[in-house]
Amino acid sequence: MKRLAALLVALVALVFPAVARATPIRLWHGYRGDEEKALLQIVAAWKGEPVEALSIPFDAYDSKLAAAIPLGEGPDLYIAEAHHLGEYRVKKIVAPAADALESGAFSPTALSAVTMDGVVYAVPLSQKCVALYVNTGLVSDVPADLEGIAELAGKLPQGALYPLGYEPRQLYSLAALLNAFDVPPLGEGDQWSLIGPRAEKAAEMALSLVEKKVIPEDADTALTSTLFRAGQVPFVISGPWFAADLGGLVKYRVALLPKVRATGKPMRPLLTVESVMLSPQGAARADVRALARLIAGREGALVRARLGPTPSARTDVELPEGPARVFAEQAQTAVPIPASVAMGAVWEPANQAIRKVLRKDATAAVALAEGKGRFDNVRRPLPDAASPVPLAMLVGAVGLYFAFRWARLARAERWGQELKKSLPAYRYVAHAVVAVGLLVIIPLVMGAGTAFTAGNDEARRYVGFANFVSILTARGGSLLASGSFYLVLGVTVMWAVVNVFFHVAIGVVLALILSRPTLRLKAMYRVLLIIPWAVPSYITALTWKGMFDRQFGAVSAVIRWLSHTFGLQMEPIAWFSSFWTAFTANLATNVWLGFPFMMVVTLGALTAVPADVLEAAKVDGATRWQRLRLVTLPMIRPTLAPAVTLGTIWTFNMFNVVFLVSGGDPDGTTNILVAEAYAWAFTRQNQYGYAAAYAVLIFLLLSFVTRLTEQKPEPTAKEAH
Amino acid sequence: MAKDVSHPGAASGPGPRAPAAPFTHDVSTEEPSLFESVGAHFILVLAVAFSLYPVLWVVSRAFSGAQPAAGELFPLPHQPTLAHLEAVVLAKQGSTWLFGRQLANSLVVSAATAAVGVIIAVPTAYALARFSFLGKDRGVRALLATQMFPTVASAIPLYLILNWLHLLNTRTGLVVCYASTSVPFAIFQLRAAFEAIPVDLEEAAMVDGATRFEAFLRVVLPAARPAIAVTALFAFMSAYNEFILAATLLGKEEMFTLPVVLKRFIGEYHAEWEKFAAGALVVSIPVMALFYLAQRHLVAGLTSGGVKG
Repeated sequence: MKRLAALLVALVALVFPAVARATPIRLWHGYRGDEEKALLQIVAAWKGEPVEALSIPFDAYDSKLAAAIPLGEGPDLYIAEAHHLGEYRVKKIVAPAADALESGAFSPTALSAVTMDGVVYAVPLSQKCVALYVNTGLVSDVPADLEGIAELAGKLPQGALYPLGYEPRQLYSLAALLNAFDVPPLGEGDQWSLIGPRAEKAAEMALSLVEKKVIPEDADTALTSTLFRAGQVPFVISGPWFAADLGGLVKYRVALLPKVRATGKPMRPLLTVESVMLSPQGAARADVRALARLIAGREGALVRARLGPTPSARTDVELPEGPARVFAEQAQTAVPIPASVAMGAVWEPANQAIRKVLRKDATAAVALAEGKGRFDNVRRPLPDAASPVPLAMLVGAVGLYFAFRWARLARAERWGQELKKSLPAYRYVAHAVVAVGLLVIIPLVMGAGTAFTAGNDEARRYVGFANFVSILTARGGSLLASGSFYLVLGVTVMWAVVNVFFHVAIGVVLALILSRPTLRLKAMYRVLLIIPWAVPSYITALTWKGMFDRQFGAVSAVIRWLSHTFGLQMEPIAWFSSFWTAFTANLATNVWLGFPFMMVVTLGALTAVPADVLEAAKVDGATRWQRLRLVTLPMIRPTLAPAVTLGTIWTFNMFNVVFLVSGGDPDGTTNILVAEAYAWAFTRQNQYGYAAAYAVLIFLLLSFVTRLTEQKPEPTAKEAH
Repeated sequence: MAKDVSHPGAASGPGPRAPAAPFTHDVSTEEPSLFESVGAHFILVLAVAFSLYPVLWVVSRAFSGAQPAAGELFPLPHQPTLAHLEAVVLAKQGSTWLFGRQLANSLVVSAATAAVGVIIAVPTAYALARFSFLGKDRGVRALLATQMFPTVASAIPLYLILNWLHLLNTRTGLVVCYASTSVPFAIFQLRAAFEAIPVDLEEAAMVDGATRFEAFLRVVLPAARPAIAVTALFAFMSAYNEFILAATLLGKEEMFTLPVVLKRFIGEYHAEWEKFAAGALVVSIPVMALFYLAQRHLVAGLTSGGVKG
């Protein structure tokens, strides 16, 4: 009885301090620079518990929220965009805003964006959408409609290249045009909406804008901003963030998006509503809700209004004349990005379909129908729960087999002796076994286990081999259709093999030259040659992408220079329009990134080539080439082998470059298997089970191949003469 | 199953192990011809140009006050400025020099990763190279297998395990994760290096009265210096540039490593490329300095094939 009481006391002590102790409020956000300063300034007015603010890069934001909040390690409140609500709700990382929302203070559009099934889940902060930037130094009037802007092509002021900077290749920006044709981003009942004559008309109009040189064909944000600042386009369709890029360098004003003459309706952009969300643990605290009210309050809105033209979601904040007021007005007609989970499945197929139309690889009707197919594919009903009996029997059978084998081995006389003999060696390997086992193998095995499940959280269920069957049958489609396992596998194998070939070839040649004893400036060369490895690859990969831009890239500049100087008939290539050129662009980038590693490994391996052996070979009259082929290369082979094997495996599974450079273009054909896996996990409705099934298949394939190569007899090493 | 390893290392050194005179440093004492020298420099200069060209764009971005016009062949900073560099490097939080703190985090985490990774890998690699023991082949295969499995579904389990170990939100946790992921490559690389070291060297030391461990410390480790330098550099680099784990596992700004800090300049809608570029260049300087130091260990002829004496 006494012990029970002591236990109770201990329990209470464990539980209660957590409640009674002053707990700081954790606030996560993705702001930086001035936006971050503004947020901290607003929070500084808070009188309650101390606030710990943390800024997190947006790439890691969702996964960090999803990992941390269920463990109680997450924030009490966080700032995110309203269209993530559907997903956050499924993951149970957001709770209703309740009294955190100040009633009657917010614009109806913003409120509708944070409301799901009649419940308000977040407190709106600001509303972002695109509008029309006008370079007032170049043009004085804004034409009445989009067609009017298009007619400026060919009669532009001095120095301008295109009338309009607009990214037609992204659904996010193209949606403004689609809305003018009454095509919403997501249809009724979470259906695919980008289909039918109106959507086709809109896509064809985008194509004609590119063909008539109204907009630059590969325009992205960076290029658009460059062109606008250099006075090369008079009009740009972009959002409030664009103003920060312009600084005081260009004289401009902002206007509402134009009408489309063809339909007589205005272009209506997509609306992003930034808002304060409460995690379930935060929503339970009255002070956290009060802090949310403060952040979204009028004072806060005034502080943020000083930053730039992003309009507040509140209706009681007087906006200054100028861009801010235009953006606020534009926001009223904008279409909030649907918060439904289904919207997450729209972006990828929509972008692919749009690009296909713009490349003229298919008619609008065909490309959009294909997009619908892909969307439906991602949204297909998850497989039904299956009986775990077959898998359990299989596991049991395999387990029995091994148990039987091991038992027989163990009974053998030698076994005990061998175990005894092995003990000293185990002392050397024990800590590696623990470290790798705990932090590498267990997470992998647990992850692999999800391959037999579908659905998320409570809805997760065992589905047997359904995921594998679905992948291996290309989800019922043609086995050689774009995105099917087999086609992607072919591309992946080629990707790994060609890359590693170049890595090793370039690395070994350079290392051989760099290890010449008589070479001068050796250290300088070595350091300069590892630069591709040293500079963070994120920025260099994107630099490579920029270099492959057809109109403005350095590669095109070289081609033009060559054809100009030598009178060659060469045209700049649209690198990302066909598989082989896009693959080449990815390859060039990855070879550049990867050769320094092989070079360093080879340098290390070369140190183990004994000088006396080379000397002996020389004395025996071997030529330089013979010494290289018969002595050096065979001797560095065993040291290079692990790097080559692992390099191949890593390259097989490394999609950063593909993701950053071609982005899978054209039409997802340059994607590799692991990119498919990540897509299913993160952009296609968080189907982790399906992604894990891809991972397991990749693993099985790679281990099968290494087993095959392992069994080949080692070629007998040649002896030096 | 257990291979005969009575003469471990015998299979790996293909060349004749002729007992040779104590080795002299320079192999090709012959003066290379002028043609060869020029050829070598020509190839190297070409390779350096290939390595540097894309980075020049980054440099130009980092130091430009204005954005360069599109379509240039040779990137030069427009209206040169140090403003972006200052904005990144001089970042403060209250009175602490935040960037310095984060740079220190990066360096400490990466150096610790390299140290822990190498310390874990060296004995294991040595055991794999020299001993025969039960489960060796299986272990090696499992080690290789860890590299084949995409980590797509293992982030959440890893998070749970670290939480269980009370290592969430700590730099130690990050180091432990990085080190264990860098261990497999380190083991393979070091095993190959150990196998290339003639076993006679250790045996000679042991005949002279050294224990196996002493022989390992005094004979094998120094001879494997280049491979250790390569694996340490590799572990350092993989920790130094890692972003997703660092961003997911760390919960305080003053704990962040530089890749996380840099990545914040890239927003979903808007990116501050100038600052990112400036930061990226700053980030690569310590790596190059480190490599400059490490490359002195990558000199041909550190090991001798023969047994001295």
